[in-house]
Amino acid sequence: MSHSETEALDVESIRDEFPILDREFDGTPLVYLDNAATSQTPDQVIDSISHYYRHYNANVHRGLHQLSQEASIAYEEAHDRVAEFIGASGGRKEVVFTKNTTESMNTVAYAWGLAELGPGDEVVLTEMEHHAALVTWQQIAKKTGATVKFVEVDEDGRLDMDHARELITDDTEMVSVVHVSNTLGTVNPVSELADIAHDHDSLIFVDGAQSVPHMPVDVEAIDADFFAFSGHKMCGPTGVGVLYGKEHLLDAMQPYLYGGMMIEKVTFEDSTWHELPWKFEAGTPVISEGIALAEACDYLDSIGMERVHRHGTELAAYAYDRLQEFDDIEILGPGGDERAALVSFDMDDVHAHDVSEILNANGVAVRAGDHCTQPLHDKLGVSASTRASFYIYNTREEVDALVDALDQARELFA
Amino acid sequence: MGLGGSDMYRQQILDHYKSPRNYGEIEEPTFTHVGENPMCGDTIEMDVVLDDAEETIERVAFRGDGCAISQASASMLSEQLHGMSIEELDEMDRDDVVDMLGVDISPMRVKCAVLAEKVAQDGADIYFGELDVETTRTEEDDADVPDDAQ
Repeated sequence: MSHSETEALDVESIRDEFPILDREFDGTPLVYLDNAATSQTPDQVIDSISHYYRHYNANVHRGLHQLSQEASIAYEEAHDRVAEFIGASGGRKEVVFTKNTTESMNTVAYAWGLAELGPGDEVVLTEMEHHAALVTWQQIAKKTGATVKFVEVDEDGRLDMDHARELITDDTEMVSVVHVSNTLGTVNPVSELADIAHDHDSLIFVDGAQSVPHMPVDVEAIDADFFAFSGHKMCGPTGVGVLYGKEHLLDAMQPYLYGGMMIEKVTFEDSTWHELPWKFEAGTPVISEGIALAEACDYLDSIGMERVHRHGTELAAYAYDRLQEFDDIEILGPGGDERAALVSFDMDDVHAHDVSEILNANGVAVRAGDHCTQPLHDKLGVSASTRASFYIYNTREEVDALVDALDQARELFA
Repeated sequence: MGLGGSDMYRQQILDHYKSPRNYGEIEEPTFTHVGENPMCGDTIEMDVVLDDAEETIERVAFRGDGCAISQASASMLSEQLHGMSIEELDEMDRDDVVDMLGVDISPMRVKCAVLAEKVAQDGADIYFGELDVETTRTEEDDADVPDDAQ
C-alpha cells in the first residue's frame, strides 16, 4: 500500500483491516471513539503476534538454538525500527521497551531522578500533565526534597509560555511536558520548551503518548532528552511502551530494575551492566509485543504519518464545529484547526457518566471521567468530561452518530 | 451482548434526578456523613435524625453532586429511610439498592448506585462507635470492573 502524502485516506479499505470494527450490539454498529485511551489493532499486527507464537516463540538473548536466534534478531531489530519511526539516529541504543508510557516515565524518575534531584532542585511540569508524569514527579520530589512547579494553562487551553519562561530557571533540572494533551487536545510547542530548558542546562522529558500515534514525530528535531509513548495507542498491542533517551544520558544512568538479561558479569559480590538498551530491560522482555509494535510502525508508515495526522485533525475540527452548534455543550481546549484528534466536552445538566452511558446504548464508545488529569479538571471547574477521540478508521458519519446520540441524552434529561 | 444503557434512565430515575426529594440540610441532625466516588467525582452528604430511642430513622436530608444514578439513588433512598430501623439499614446491600432503583445497573455504575446507601450505613456506624472513617469512599470492590484505565 503506497500513497502520496497529499492523497486522502481510503477509510473504507482501512476499516476492512480492523476486524473489531465489524462488531454490532443488537444490530447497532460499533462507533469507536475512544482512541486516545487505546486504538484498535489491524490484522497485520494481530497476525505478527500470532506468527511469533506459531513459528518462533523463544526467549531472547541467551539461547543458541534456532528459535531463540530468530526471536532475538526480530526483537532487537524491533528496537531499530521504532528508533527509525521517531527519528532516533542512535538506533536500538536509544530505545528501551517498557510496559507503557507510565513505566517509561518511572524509569527516568527512578533511575535519573532519585540520583540527581535534591533540595533546591526544581522539576517543571504543566497543569495539563497526565497523571503518568504528574504523580510520578510529585512523588519523586517528595522522596528527594526537590520542588515541582506547574506551567499554567490559559483560558483557551494553551500553555502560558511567558509563565514557562518565568518558571524554568537555572534551578530547573527537569522539564516534563506532554506533547499533546489527552484532555484538551492542545499541541504544545515542545521544541521551544526544549530550547528554554537547555538554555538553563535542564533536561526535558516529552510525553508523546498522544502525539506519536497521530503525527510525524522526530525526537531529534524536538531535541528531547527523553521521550515516551505506548504501543497500544498506535495500532500496536498492549503491554509495550517505549522510552527514548539520548544515548549519553541513558549510558550515564544506573538501571532501575535489576535481574536477568540486564547484566554483563555477576559475582556474589557485585555485577556489571549489559550494554544499551538491555541494561534497562530486566527479565524476559516484551518479545511478541515489541515485534508487533515494529509491525505497527510499518503499518502506519504504509499509510503515511502526514496523512494519518491530517485525517485526525480534520475529524476533530469537524467534531468541534458540530458540537459548537449547541449552547449546552462546552468544549475544553483550543479551537478547531489547532487541536489534535480529540474533543473533550462538558454538557450542561447531564453528567459525563450519564452522557457516555447513553452514547454506549447507541453503540458509541467514548471516555468519560477526568482522563487521568484530575488537577486540570479541578482548575477548569469540571468534575468530569466526555471525550471523543479519533483515528484513521473513523468517519464524519461516526461524528454525526455521536451528535445524534447526544441529542438523545439532551431529550432524556430536558 | 445487549447495551442496556438507556434502559437505566427510566422516568422514575430521571424524575428523582431532576427533582430530588429531601434535598437540603437538617439543622441539628443526630449525625451527618459524607461520601464520594473518587473516580467519578460523585458526592453525597447526608443528615439523619433518629428517634429518642435511637433505633429508628425519623428524618433524612441530603445534598450532593454527580451523575443521575448516584443522585437519584440518594433521593429514592432518602424516602425509603423514613421510619426504617437502624437494624434494617444495616442489613441493606447492593441488591436492595438495585431493587429500589428498579432498573438494571451496568457493572461500572454499581458504585454510583450504592454511594448513598453506604453513606447512610457508615454514618450510623460512626455514630454508634463501630467505625472510624472521615469520608466514605466507594472503591473497586463496589463495582465489578474498576474505572481506572486511561
